[in-house]
Amino acid sequence: MTPEVIETHGLKPSEYDKIVALLGREPNYTELGIFSVMWSEHCSYKSSRIHLKKLPTRSKLVLQGPGENAGIIDIGSGYAIAFKIESHNHPSFIEPFQGAATGVGGILRDIFTMGARPIAVMDALRFGPLDHPRNRRIIEGVVSGIAHYGNCFGVPTVGGECVFEECYNGNPLVNAFALGIFRHDQIFYGKARGVGNPVIYVGAKTGRDGIHGASMASAEFSEEAKQKRPNVQVGDPFLEKLLLEACLEAMQTGAIVGIQDMGAAGLTCSTCEMGSRAGTGVEIDLKYVPQRETGMTPYEIMLSESQERMLLVAESGREEEVFRVFRKWGLDAVTIGRVTDDGILRVKDHGAVVAEIPNRDLADEAPLYDRPHTKPYRPAPLEPPPGLLNGGRKSLVLPDLIALLSSGDICSKRWIWEQYDYSVRTNTLAGPGSDAAIVRIKETGTSLAMSLDGNGRYCALDPREGAKLIVAECCRNLSCAGALPVAATNNLNFGNPERPEIMAQLVESIEGIAEACRFFETPITGGNVSLYNETLGEAIWPTPVMGIVGLMKTGQPTPMHFGQPGRSIVLLGGFGKTDDRHMGGTQYVKVILNSMWGLPPALDMDYEKRVQLTVRELIAAGLAESAHDLSDGGLAVALAESSFGDAAIGASVEIPSAGRAEFALFHEAPSRILISTSHPDEVLKIAAKNNIEAPHIGVTMEGRFRVQCGSETLVDCDLDRLKQPWETALERMLHQS
Amino acid sequence: MKFGVVVFPGSNCDHDAWYAVSHNLGQPTEFIWHDASSLGDVDAVILPGGFSYGDYLRCGAIAKFSPVMQIVRKFAAEGGLVLGICNGFQILVESGLLPGALVRNRGLKFVCKPTALRVETTNSPFTSEATRGQRLIMPVAHGEGCFIADQRTLDQLEAEDRVAVRYLDNPNGSMRDIAGILNEGRNVMGLMPHPDRSSDPLMGSTDGLVIFKSMATALVAAH
Repeated sequence: MTPEVIETHGLKPSEYDKIVALLGREPNYTELGIFSVMWSEHCSYKSSRIHLKKLPTRSKLVLQGPGENAGIIDIGSGYAIAFKIESHNHPSFIEPFQGAATGVGGILRDIFTMGARPIAVMDALRFGPLDHPRNRRIIEGVVSGIAHYGNCFGVPTVGGECVFEECYNGNPLVNAFALGIFRHDQIFYGKARGVGNPVIYVGAKTGRDGIHGASMASAEFSEEAKQKRPNVQVGDPFLEKLLLEACLEAMQTGAIVGIQDMGAAGLTCSTCEMGSRAGTGVEIDLKYVPQRETGMTPYEIMLSESQERMLLVAESGREEEVFRVFRKWGLDAVTIGRVTDDGILRVKDHGAVVAEIPNRDLADEAPLYDRPHTKPYRPAPLEPPPGLLNGGRKSLVLPDLIALLSSGDICSKRWIWEQYDYSVRTNTLAGPGSDAAIVRIKETGTSLAMSLDGNGRYCALDPREGAKLIVAECCRNLSCAGALPVAATNNLNFGNPERPEIMAQLVESIEGIAEACRFFETPITGGNVSLYNETLGEAIWPTPVMGIVGLMKTGQPTPMHFGQPGRSIVLLGGFGKTDDRHMGGTQYVKVILNSMWGLPPALDMDYEKRVQLTVRELIAAGLAESAHDLSDGGLAVALAESSFGDAAIGASVEIPSAGRAEFALFHEAPSRILISTSHPDEVLKIAAKNNIEAPHIGVTMEGRFRVQCGSETLVDCDLDRLKQPWETALERMLHQS
Repeated sequence: MKFGVVVFPGSNCDHDAWYAVSHNLGQPTEFIWHDASSLGDVDAVILPGGFSYGDYLRCGAIAKFSPVMQIVRKFAAEGGLVLGICNGFQILVESGLLPGALVRNRGLKFVCKPTALRVETTNSPFTSEATRGQRLIMPVAHGEGCFIADQRTLDQLEAEDRVAVRYLDNPNGSMRDIAGILNEGRNVMGLMPHPDRSSDPLMGSTDGLVIFKSMATALVAAH
């Protein structure tokens, strides 16, 4: 092997030396390819693994933590859920439609390979600003790709989030979350157990698409990125739907021992991981692998990332029961090898051995790096630019509020989510646009609330505190639905970990997530790490995305919108505190002052927990007619959003006159929730019992929006004046030419 | 009485229709596999929403060749009740059981949202329990739901009182706001919006239930 060949496989000289040492010889070309994908950052987590160990992973509800295709949580009545989030960032930049579509396809397979039927999908998206035509093309492609795949597959896309920042210009983020349900006795694992059992390939035929996708996802982009387009897979959601039904039906036969999807690193990853988990060997002959192209080499077959394929191990002698099910669904199913007792992945091509590597060396012996980390890179100063805050600019509340409501991060995302089928399966009690999505489980009489949250701006200013704020907000969203947060998954999107200041962002974020998830009792059951999100040396901001799931009773959900005029509006958690420094990461500073500095808002986790407990108690007692949490844009934006329901019920509120009005209205201190109620006294009693502030700030009123500060009227307008720009902003941004 | 829900490869609202009829309406319901050679003892057939055969070629274009559609055609010819929802409507049109065509939405994008509809006729076994002019809220979820037909067909549909429901806020560009139509015998209906997603009190609207109730009433009367 020449150094060039080793380098083009993304392997460091030291990594190659380790391969030689493990094998006791030089690898051949196919073996080198196999090692290169399994030891890629994407598959091996070699830069993050030692830090991921810091995350809490257990609770009495966790049936399966990290390490399997997805984590599993007990939801009672003999049922469980499997869920995970995964990124498809790199492919979505190169080919937005297929990149995003196969991202959804991949995470769905992770769920149903465990035996669970997917019942919900959410997506966290990040793009560069829409004034650049390329970013408009990327968002159009990504959204239609997600819609194409999820809609056809028949899983509702029930929520998500979408944020625009310069740092995502060359690196859009597409993180897809999926959740599925099954009974405890229907859980399957990716283990190749039982020496002599047949190894069966099912689903789509293997082609040359996606070869080296995992390695591509483990490197920075250069000018040549577009040449990587053939590395992006092509998805067929119809085939995946058939695969889902066939797999679940085949599992019912009792003949299946283990099953794993072929995702990143395809046949390579599924064979060696299943063998490694079971402590067995796997021997296959590539001549049996269904192929849709001729003349494919063993290297290409082993590294292909063709979609909609699964590998399963069945009980010897019961193959026909499995084949019968796949035939019914019109899918290929062939025995390509068997489980052996020697722990080795042995790949043959028409009988001749072309690769022979111990499974453990591939799956568990990848190098682990404790990469040096210094202080996190800070893209902004600590103090505001001189004069910016006190330069005599008179804040004009109404125009500022309208500007915020029509900014990309805050405006209605209806244009996106109306393209997603969010109501198929008739379980979506609260869909996109809500604080948390709520999906009913028909079988148990309970429901699940789920939310995705991320905030790269906060994390850029302080990765540790930013990460904690994200966990807090995600849990707050669930609490606003009345759900108790129980478990989490995370997607860690970062730049090049070989740069110590980027590695520091990763480490600090993980530690922040660990601390907050421990505190809020939401263990991490799995997730994904996406590094090298850099183009031409420009890294994205640290962007951890949290997906948290909560449990609740099934019933009419508490809406986020005001429903009736004349109700009391109470601000659970109070007006909160801020100062010049803690304003620097807010949407107000981003949109109105076009700047960024300082620190994210300060979080008191203990207080946050009490606020969340309060809202859950209020909802359980039927005292909250609406509930909506404060986040981007602070109090004023939350009040406006609460007023944007179909009933067109607005608000008349008063804020304290001490301090700067724009701070009070737009600061983003956490631990705050707006509720409307017809029983304010009882609400205040429960708030006092939980030792939180709960000022009664005003009343709901038909069609108008009014904010008073002492004797001064800051805003007094028709709701439509606010709602119309909020409702139409995204489309206007997309259709500019 | 018994309802049958046809399952094509790629159907994904089959379970929703099954649940609406079996749980929300409370009538016995069974699934019928796409290569079935008989409809068994079902009294009404529902072609559910989804992406039958991946919607390859055109929505519903492959499904019309499936074995089950040959017997559904016969069942319809003998007066049996057939309701096609969303993809089911597309299949009925492709099969020639209903006139016109369903093409790409005017906005060129998939659209999922609640829509307001107006009942245009109660003279059908699918709408008899509604009142003429009644406003119904049902969601749509489709990429190819724009109903088109030539002038003469449209005029004929109107003249024969075969436009069953119209959109009040047309989401897809359908000609004359048509959301659902009947065949000449009035025993086959295609409907783009989803009554199956608006039959459960937790789904925001139970207006779709009137369609299934009407069918049940017709089946009772026929017995």
